[in-house]
Amino acid sequence: MSGRKIGEVILDLQNISLRFGGVKALTNISFDVREHEVRAIIGPNGAGKSSMLNVINGVYHPQEGRINFRGEERRKMEPHMAAMQGIARTFQNIALFKGMTVLDNVMTGRITKMKANFLEQAIRIGRAGREEVEHRKKVEEVIDFLEIQHIRKTPVGRLPYGLQKRVELARALAAEPSMLLLDEPMAGMNVEEKQDMCRFILDVNDQFGTTIVLIEHDMGVVMDISDRVVVLDYGKKIGDGTPDEVRNNQEVIAAYLGVAH
Amino acid sequence: MQFFFEVLIGGLLSGVMYSFVALGFVLIYKASGVFNFAQGAMVFAAALTFVGFQELGVPFWLALLIAFGVMVVLGILTERIVLRPLVNQPPITLFMATIGLTYVIEGLAQGAWGANVRGLELGIQDEPIEWLMETANISVSKFDLFGAGVAALLVTLLALFFQYTRIGRALRAVADDHQAALSIGIPLQQIWRIVWAVAGFVALVAGLIWGARNGVSFSLTFTALKALPVLILGGFTSIPGAIVGGLIIGSTEKLAEVYLGEYVGGGIDSWFPYVMALAFLLVRPEGLFGEKHIDRV
Amino acid sequence: MFYREAGQFKTTYLADQQIFPITQDRIGVLLILAVAFVAVPMLFNEYWIKAILIPFLIFSLAALGLNILTGYAGQLSLGSAAFMAVGAFASYNFMLRVDGMPILIAFVCGGLSAAVVGIAFGLPSLRIKGFYLAVATLAAQFFIVWALTKFGWFSNYSSSGVITAQEMQIFGYKFVTAESKYLLVLSIVVLLALAAKNMVRSSIGRAWMAVRDMDVAAEVIGIRIMHTKLLAFAVSSFYCGVAGALYAYAYIGTVEPEGFNLDLSFKILFMIIIGGVGSIVGAFLGAAFIVLLPIALDVMVQEWLHGIFPPSISSNLQLVVFGGLIIFFLIVEPHGLARLWQIGKQKLRLWPFPH
Ligand SMILES: Nc1ncnc2c1ncn2[C@@H]1O[C@H](COP(=O)(O)OP(=O)(O)OP(=O)(O)O)[C@@H](O)[C@H]1O
Ligand SMILES: [Mg+2]
Repeated sequence: MSGRKIGEVILDLQNISLRFGGVKALTNISFDVREHEVRAIIGPNGAGKSSMLNVINGVYHPQEGRINFRGEERRKMEPHMAAMQGIARTFQNIALFKGMTVLDNVMTGRITKMKANFLEQAIRIGRAGREEVEHRKKVEEVIDFLEIQHIRKTPVGRLPYGLQKRVELARALAAEPSMLLLDEPMAGMNVEEKQDMCRFILDVNDQFGTTIVLIEHDMGVVMDISDRVVVLDYGKKIGDGTPDEVRNNQEVIAAYLGVAH
Repeated sequence: MQFFFEVLIGGLLSGVMYSFVALGFVLIYKASGVFNFAQGAMVFAAALTFVGFQELGVPFWLALLIAFGVMVVLGILTERIVLRPLVNQPPITLFMATIGLTYVIEGLAQGAWGANVRGLELGIQDEPIEWLMETANISVSKFDLFGAGVAALLVTLLALFFQYTRIGRALRAVADDHQAALSIGIPLQQIWRIVWAVAGFVALVAGLIWGARNGVSFSLTFTALKALPVLILGGFTSIPGAIVGGLIIGSTEKLAEVYLGEYVGGGIDSWFPYVMALAFLLVRPEGLFGEKHIDRV
Repeated sequence: MFYREAGQFKTTYLADQQIFPITQDRIGVLLILAVAFVAVPMLFNEYWIKAILIPFLIFSLAALGLNILTGYAGQLSLGSAAFMAVGAFASYNFMLRVDGMPILIAFVCGGLSAAVVGIAFGLPSLRIKGFYLAVATLAAQFFIVWALTKFGWFSNYSSSGVITAQEMQIFGYKFVTAESKYLLVLSIVVLLALAAKNMVRSSIGRAWMAVRDMDVAAEVIGIRIMHTKLLAFAVSSFYCGVAGALYAYAYIGTVEPEGFNLDLSFKILFMIIIGGVGSIVGAFLGAAFIVLLPIALDVMVQEWLHGIFPPSISSNLQLVVFGGLIIFFLIVEPHGLARLWQIGKQKLRLWPFPH
C-alpha cells in the first residue's frame, strides 16, 4: 500500500444498541473509523454486520447510542442526509435500479450534486441541460475507472452478477463520497473478479483518499487489504485491532472455529 | 342514546358482511399472494347466476348448487389461465391482472343474464325484531341479523376448516412459505384451485345476502369493494384483522352517515370507509394486527 | 436501409443526450408532427376529428400523467379520473369567477388545482406501498366525485353537478370548429409530452425510476423520497387535470362528476398497461388502442353478429375484451405496445438484410 496517510477519527460510534422486536441485532457496540483507512467488519452470519452499516448511514435507527461524524453529534439521521454528508454505499444483495441502464444508474449516483429544479428540467433550458453534460463527464470518468464502458447502455438487469456488483460500486463512486460503505462487495465472485474488485477498492482508497468500511467473509482478502478489523458475533463486539491482532485474538478464533482460514 | 345503539348495531351487522367478503380476499392473498380485485365482481356474478337460474324456474337449492359450481369453474379457470402464467411476477402485476379479470367477469355475467336490476327473495323479512323492540325499544332488522348470523357462522366454519383439516393446514403452510410447502409435496396448483373455489363460495353467500337486501345489480360490486378498506385496516394476512376491521368499518360508516352525513349532504358512505382506512394508515401503516416491518437491506 | 444509426457517432455528450439521438427518429417525429398539424385537419372529416382524434389526444395526455406516476415513479393509482374531474371543474370555476380569465391560464390553474389535490392524496404513499396505496387512491376517486356532486358551489349550483364549459377564446379567436379545437388540443398535448420526455430523461426522471425500482437504495443515494413521490403525484395530477379540462372544454362540452368515475380511471390504467408502462410513446399507443377498440367492436358486432345477438351485447363484449386484453398483455407483453414499436424499429434497422 502506498503513501496515503491515515488521519484522525472521523466516525465514532458509542454504545450502539439496535433491536428488531425481540431480536437484538447489535448490543452496546463502540468503534471508530479513521480518515483514509480501510476498516473491515467481520463476523459469522447474522452477527449484525449489515445492521452496523445500516446504522452508520441512517437506514436503521439504533435505540441507544451516539454517532459522531466529522465532529458532529447526531441522534437520528435519514439516509439521504448521510448521502449529503458524503457517505455512499453498496448493498449485500445488489440494489441496483433494475429498469434503468448502467449509465442511468451511475448518473443517479450524482443526484445530490445536481441542482436544476424540475421546471428547468421539463423545459431543458439553461442549467438543466448544462448540468446533464457536466455530470455525464464525471460519470464517464467513473465508468472508465471501473472499466465498464462496454456495457454503458445495457439495462442492468441483463448483466451477470459480477458486473452488477461493479456497477453498484460505480453508482456509489459517482457521488464522490468521502466515506464508502461496502457490504460484501466480493460475495459470489470468482477469483479473478475478486482480484479486480480488490484492486478497485484499493485504487479508490489510494487515488481519492476515500475512507472505506468493508464487510467481507473472505478472510484472505480482509487480512490483505484492511488497516483495522472489528469482529462482531451475535451482535456483540468481540475483537478490534489490526489484522494481526485480530487473528491472534482467542475469542475471535473461538467464534470462527471451523470457519477460520 | 337508543338511536345511537340502533345505528351501531345496524352498522355492526353490516360490518359482519364486510368481514365476510374481506375474508375471501384474505384467503386468496394468504394462499397465493394475489390481491384479488375481482372479488367484488365475483360477488355480483354469483348472485346474478343464482337469480338467473331461479328465474328459469330452477328450485332454490339447485340454483344455489349451480351457482356454486359456476364459481368453482371460474376459480379453476382463473388459476389456469391467469395466475399460472403470471407466477413469480411482482404482486402489483397480479393485482392489475385481477382488475382485468374483474372486467371479464362483469362482462360475462351481464352478457349471460342481462344488466337489469333483479330482486332476490330469501324468505326473510326486513322488519324489526319484535322482542328487542318491546324490551329495549331498539329496532334491529331481522334480515340484518340473519345475514350477520350466516356470515358469522361461515366465518367460524372457515376458521375451523383452516385449523383442523388437512387441506386447511396445507393452505396455511402455503401461506407461510411457498417454497417449503412445495418441498413437502403439497401441490400448489391444487391448493390455489381450492382457495379460489372457497373464495367463490364466500362471494356467492355474500351476493345472496346483499342481493336480497338491495337487489342484484351492478352496484353490488361497489358494495363488495368496501372490503378493501377493511383489509387495509386489518392487514391483508390476518383473519382476525379482517373480522375486526369489518366491524369497525361497518359501524363507523353507519354512524358517520347518520351523525355527520346531514351536515355535508349525505351519501358519504361511498367514500367514508376509504378515507377512514387512509387516515388510519397514516397513523399505523402496519394495520391493526400487522407487525411493524423494516425493509431489510 | 434508411433507418440506421451506424455511422452516426456521437462526438459530444450533448449530442448523445439529445431528445432523439438518432437522426431518423428526429425526422420521423418531425414528420409525424407535420402530418398531425397539417395533413390531418385537411384529410379527416369532422366525425373523425371530433369523436376519435380529440378524445385520443386527451386520453393520451391523461395516460401520460398516469404513466409518470405509475410507470416511472412506481405508484399505482386507481384515481386518475378523479384528478381529471378536479381539472375540469377547477378550470370551469376559474373561468366563471375570474373576470377576463384567459382560457389557457384557466387550464393551467385547473392543472395546478389537480396537482394540489394530487399531493394531498399522495401523502399516504409516504407510508404505504403497492396495493395498499392503490386502495388508498380509491379514496380519492370516490371522495372527489362525491364532493363535486354534493357541494353545489363547484358546479355553480346546477342540478347534479353538471357543468357546461364556457367558450374557448384566445386573443379574440373563438375555438368553435372541430379542426380548431383539435389543433388547440394537439398543441397542448405536444408541449406537455415534450416536457414529460424531458423530465423522464433528467435527474427527476431518474429519481422517480430509482424510487420505483429500489426505494431504500434510492434514499441511500441521497434521493429525498417524500419530495420525489409527491412531485410525481403533483406532475401526474397536473397532466390529468389539464386532460380533464380539455375533456370538458374541447371534447364533451357538458360534463358531470359521475362522468369521471372509477370506470374511466380503469380505462386510463388500461391504456398504460396496453401501451407500455413507463413509456411516453406507450401512453399514445395505449390511448389510440383503447379509443379505437370499442369502435372496432361496434362495427364488428353490427357487421358479423347482426341478428345473432342483441345489440346490447357490444358493451358487455367490450368489457370482456378489455379485461381479456389486459390479462393477455400482462402475461405476453408486459411492456405493451411500446415494446412492439421498439422491436419494429429494431427490425427496420436491419432491413432489408435480416442479419
Ligand atoms: N430489517 C430487519 N428486520 C428484522 N430483523 C432484522 C432486520 N435486519 C436485520 N435483522 C436481524 O438482525 C440480525 C443481524 O442481521 P444482519 O443482517 O446485520 O447480519 P449480518 O452480520 O449482516 O449477516 P450476514 O453475514 O448473513 O449478512 C439478524 O438476526 C437479522 O435477522
Ligand atoms: Mg449482512
